[in-house]
Amino acid sequence: MRPRLAVYKFASCDGCQLQVIDVLGRARKHLGEVADLLDIEHFLEARSRIGAGPYDVGLVEGSVSTLHDVERIKEIRRQCRFLITIGACATAGGIQALRNWGQIDDFLGAVYATPAYIDTLATSDPISAHVKVDFELRGCPIDPGQLASVISAFCVGRRPRLPGYSVCVECKERGTVCVAVAKGIPCLGPVTQAGCGAICPAHDRECFGCYGPDRQEPNLVSLTGFYERHGANRDSLGRLVQSFNAWAPEFREEHDRLSGSES
Amino acid sequence: MPLSWLHTTDFQQLIDVLRDRGHRVIGPQVADGAVVYRDLADASDLPTGWLDEQDGGLYRLRYDPQAGTFDHVVGPHSLKNFLFPPRETFETWSRTPNGWLQTTPAYEPEQLAVIGVRGCDLAALAIQDRVFLGGDSIDVRYQARREKLFVVAVNCRRAAATCFCHSMGCGPAVGPGFDIALTEVGDRFAIEATTDAGIAVLADLAGRLSLPLLTADEVAAVRQVPETLREAMQARRPEEGTPRPRSLDTENIRNLLFDNLAHPRWAEVADRCLSCANCTLVCPTCFCSSVGEVTDLTGDEVSRERHWASCFTLEHSQMHGANARPTTASRYRQWLTHKLAGWIDQFGTSGCTGCGRCITWCPVGIDITEEVAAIREMPTSSPS
Repeated sequence: MRPRLAVYKFASCDGCQLQVIDVLGRARKHLGEVADLLDIEHFLEARSRIGAGPYDVGLVEGSVSTLHDVERIKEIRRQCRFLITIGACATAGGIQALRNWGQIDDFLGAVYATPAYIDTLATSDPISAHVKVDFELRGCPIDPGQLASVISAFCVGRRPRLPGYSVCVECKERGTVCVAVAKGIPCLGPVTQAGCGAICPAHDRECFGCYGPDRQEPNLVSLTGFYERHGANRDSLGRLVQSFNAWAPEFREEHDRLSGSES
Repeated sequence: MPLSWLHTTDFQQLIDVLRDRGHRVIGPQVADGAVVYRDLADASDLPTGWLDEQDGGLYRLRYDPQAGTFDHVVGPHSLKNFLFPPRETFETWSRTPNGWLQTTPAYEPEQLAVIGVRGCDLAALAIQDRVFLGGDSIDVRYQARREKLFVVAVNCRRAAATCFCHSMGCGPAVGPGFDIALTEVGDRFAIEATTDAGIAVLADLAGRLSLPLLTADEVAAVRQVPETLREAMQARRPEEGTPRPRSLDTENIRNLLFDNLAHPRWAEVADRCLSCANCTLVCPTCFCSSVGEVTDLTGDEVSRERHWASCFTLEHSQMHGANARPTTASRYRQWLTHKLAGWIDQFGTSGCTGCGRCITWCPVGIDITEEVAAIREMPTSSPS
């Protein structure tokens, strides 16, 4: 019997779900049946038919940002034997976790005519803050090749092959000249987990840390210290680590250290 | 073979001869803020007038109308990028109704000609040859590419602050191993060949233009060019406001390092080290790789790929159930002691040629010469 797949969305832009559609669509045999690998039972962005749970594997996109989300992810956890979070929102809270540094009432007052109608949490949380997660696939958005590797590995019962090194390795592999060394552009590549193929430095831009902190002791203090001694502005370095994975613990701590604040 | 003069304005003829003889010609060019190796068809694409200022974690180009064609030194790329490419597919398998179909990708290495190889990188080539071709295990892919390689070497007449080839005995004069060597003097190159392939290229070149021979005095002056630089490098002293000129005291270095495996400096450098692997990737002698199978979603298409690996990554030292080098300190120590000490036991020479790339391209400017000096200055135990 093929594994039964469910895909869910929380607070997110849907970009990671589009990557799921891309990967599964390429290997699609019939509507809802991906090759001979798995059956899509619950995937509202891709099809309206919903097969009843429980499911063998669930992919979760997005962050938890409301009380309703909290209840829903608990139910999803009950329905999915193996739960995989996909993307920066689900694994670290996403760009919307910037609100975690502010006052929620201030945002509500500034954005909504009648804030009283809005029921929300004060923070945007990674899924793992609320339920046990079996595997996290990072990226903003996730990489189709990595997703294929994870799904394929799940279906045959082996470990997925994912890079356990920094974005620098991908830059060197494609022959990109280091933008930090040759142009003095503060870049997060040395402390960011590889996975994107080092796209931004190849286009003369710094790495924004879309794949989150490198899994092996990311030494942010050393890196930002070097950039600062060579003329980078401390505030801009704080903003550099405060993007799509701002709430990832290592980036969060470095932002707070640079800004001299506690979170 | 005697030395001849090739006028700077005739450099295109050398490129054309190499191309006409079937070589894919690679040469240094300015791109993305650095001098890098790229396909070279036009001599006007050479980095004439460009100088590279290098320091720990810093590389900047500067234009100087007085500078020659090869007065830059080494950029982030080396011969390693071509002979031992970052990623290659060894085998592929496809699942068919009749079972697995195995394919070995067509493998016909190009006749590569690389222009602008310096003394340090020629020495690195010899070191990689020992790694990939020495002993019982031959890397057949490296071997096939190596046999077709044509090297146009250049004697340096300028050094960056990060250069310390003079300490490692690898330059600035080019050692053996080149097909053709160039020494830039004014608006001419003194050109010489040492191999049959090099002599044949010079013969072709002589058929297209006149290559006047150097007089005995001119030969002596040309030989003095890298020697003058070597003396200047040895005489360099730190100056306020300029990058510190590097050198490395190699005396008894093997024992010095192996006797200081518990030195507090390893923990100190680990506070700065990012474990990002840049030093190993730009190093022209680092040779580690990892081989693994990559599948598509369905598992119907499988390829076996080799890609560069680095002792700075955790996965490099991951073994069944445990990691042999779980800390940055242990990984940095592994790299430095292997490069400068263990290499001597393993391959008979140092693994370092003094090219300085690991210093320049370290995002936080960690300096191999400085780390060794710190240990030498205050050893925890005296060398045995």
